[in-house]
Formats: sequence, structure tokens, C-alpha cells
Amino acid sequence: MAATLHLEVVSLERLLVSEPVEMVVVPGTEGYFGVLPQHMLLLSTLRPGVIDVYNGGAIAERYFVTGGFAEVTGSSCTVLVDEALPLATLTRAFVTERAAKAKSLLDAANTDEDRRRAATMVAHAQVMETYVAA
Amino acid sequence: MPSLKDLRVRIASVQSTKKITSAMKMVAASKLRRAQEAAEAARPYAERMERMLSNLAGSMSAGSGPKMLAGTGKQQVHLVVVMTANRGLCGGFNSNIVRNARLYIRELLDQGKTVKVLAVGRKGAENLRRDYRNLIGDVVTDFGRKRVQFSEADGIATKITDMFNAGEFDVATMIYARFKSAISQIVTRQQIVPFPVPEKSATAPAAGGPAAVYNYEPTDTEILTSLLPRNLAIQVFRAMLENAASEQGAKMTAMDNATRNATDMINGLTMKYNRTRQAQITKELIEIISGAEAL
Repeated sequence: MAATLHLEVVSLERLLVSEPVEMVVVPGTEGYFGVLPQHMLLLSTLRPGVIDVYNGGAIAERYFVTGGFAEVTGSSCTVLVDEALPLATLTRAFVTERAAKAKSLLDAANTDEDRRRAATMVAHAQVMETYVAA
Repeated sequence: MPSLKDLRVRIASVQSTKKITSAMKMVAASKLRRAQEAAEAARPYAERMERMLSNLAGSMSAGSGPKMLAGTGKQQVHLVVVMTANRGLCGGFNSNIVRNARLYIRELLDQGKTVKVLAVGRKGAENLRRDYRNLIGDVVTDFGRKRVQFSEADGIATKITDMFNAGEFDVATMIYARFKSAISQIVTRQQIVPFPVPEKSATAPAAGGPAAVYNYEPTDTEILTSLLPRNLAIQVFRAMLENAASEQGAKMTAMDNATRNATDMINGLTMKYNRTRQAQITKELIEIISGAEAL
């Protein structure tokens, strides 16, 4: 049994994952980085992308996340994100609906604040698109 | 002496009041469960965010970093964010928060500070308007229609951040009711800007080694500048959720009491009604008997 680190994925709504894993690959703002046990202390911002959870030498689970923060210590990796979805739930229909919703919000936005938020949603939907195809 | 008819009417009216309050109690109970779940679900994120931020803040030298962390170096202008409900009929919930806010504002004014109020929730704004009309800067009432959305909290946080960046205040404090149980809600004051850094000793590792030194990607200042507004939004969100749960808890208790009072009142009135009726029957009997005797 390889050494493990404790992974926590926390979204705004709930604690999504809290389990020991062998390795996790996280989409940092400056590129993906892998976290193994005994990793140096690290704080990083995240961009929208996919978290790969490795167990038993292969990818065990994948989650789509929409940007946030990751804190890495030697024994744990805590990922704070606005929204996290198991990649399996990212179906074509789901993403299309999201994209359409984001688009309509952007069109309806009439303050800078709303526009900014809607634009972020559109960007997220676009990133999602790329993962549906894969 | 009220007539029999008056009593009947009163009993009927109290009965319908009782029906309303007991229905409201049921509604509050089910809303409470949902609000409580939401409040609990948001806790892990807020706690970890706070921990992350304290780690980060602890590693920054004092007084450095973005203004939201270090403060403006002044304590002159205070922003008080008063969080209440939009609706009444929830016992002492709103008035407790407002009372606390009023005390705090008075305290600050006595110290010669300038106070600005951001009222979240209609009831707080209405109550504070009596005494501190000129202090209320902004009122946010458009939230929690069905449940509290993060975007609503984010909007309030953005407002606070904008005000801070425009130099409109130095310190911001939030007043809301922390949910403890359906019968107990604790009015809490929380400083949100600048971020209160916990004592150094709390962040240092227990092993006594040197304080944890993090690597930052991209840089510590960049992370801080995105983490701080985020944290503010999270804290506001959490407060709103706690408040929503507290409101429903208070409402449930208040409505439960109202229902019980109505039951007592109906019992009393029914007793009175029966006595009056009995007295009238007796009176009529006496009249008949004495009439018969006179013959």
C-alpha cells in the first residue's frame, strides 16, 4: 500500500470528497500540478478544469471544478472551489443547458456586476465543453 | 357583561387566529430544517477558507499586504452591517439584532467615530431608521426569496469591497444572529474588514518548529488579493445562512407560543361562554317559576 494523503474537495454547498488518495492532479492557475504525499507546503489558486484523483496507480475519480483555491501540506490537500461536479455528470445535454443559461444571463445583465458574473459563467461553460468531448 | 353572541364571535376569531399561527409554525419548522441544513453544509468551506487565510495572513509580516488585511491604519469610520430578516412575526429575532446594533452604534458614536450602516433586511432598516436615519447608507432587501443564494451574498460583499476600496470606511463589522437551536439564537458581532488575524501562537505549529512557510502560486499577494474578497463573500454568505436559520427558529418558537396562547384563550372564553349560558338559563327558569308561583 502506497502512502496516501488526505484529499478534501469542498464546494460552497457541501464537502464533496474527504478521503485518502495516492495522488491528485489539480488545475493550478499556472498549470496542472500533481500532489503526492510529503509535498511541500503550497497555496495556489485554481482555474476551471478537472481534478484527477489517483488510487491504485490509475485515475479513480475525476471532478470538474470552476476555479478556487488549493492548500497543500505534506499530509493533506484541501481544495476549495465554487462548484465541483463529478465529471460523469457533465453530459452533453447538461453542458448545453448551462451554456444557454449563461448566455441568456449575459444578455439580460444590465449592471457591471451582473455582466461580470454572467461572463464568468459563460467562460466556465466553455471550459466544460472541452471536457464533454474528451 | 358580553352577550352570548359576542362570546361566540370572539371564540371563532381566536380559533381562526390559532389556525393561522399553527400553520405558520409548521411552515417555519419545515423551512427551519432546510435552512439549518444549508447553514451546516456551508460550514466546511467557510472554516477551511478561514484556516487557509489565517495561515497566509500569519506568514505575512504585520502591517504589510493588501489593505483589506492590514487595514487602512485608521479606526475612524466604521461600517456596521446589520443583518435582519425581511419579515416580522418571528418573536424577538429582529429586535434583538437591532438592539445590539443600536448599542454598538451608540458606543462608537460616543467614542467620536463616524458610523455608516449597511442594512441587510427590511426590518433592521425600518427599526434603525427611527434613530439613525442619516447613518443608513444602503439597504439590501432583495435576498432569500426561496433560499439564500451565494450570488446574493457575493453582491453584498462586492458592495462592501467597493466601499472599502473607495475609502469610505476603515473597519466593517457584521451583526447577525448565530443559530444555536430553534429556541436559542445568539446575536453575534463579527469584524470582517480588515480580516481579523488570529494570535500568532494559534497559527504556529504545535510541535514548536518554525512557522509553516508556504510556497505560493502565483504569488502571495496575488493569492491574497483574490482570497480576501472571496473570504468576505463567504463570511457574508455564512452569516446570511445562519440568520435565515435563526429567523425560522425564532419564528417557529414565536408561533408555537402564539398557538399555545390562543388555546388558553379559547379555553377561557369557552368557560365564560358556558357560565354565561348557564346563568341565562337559570335566570329564565327563575322567571318562569316565580311567574308560576305568583299565580
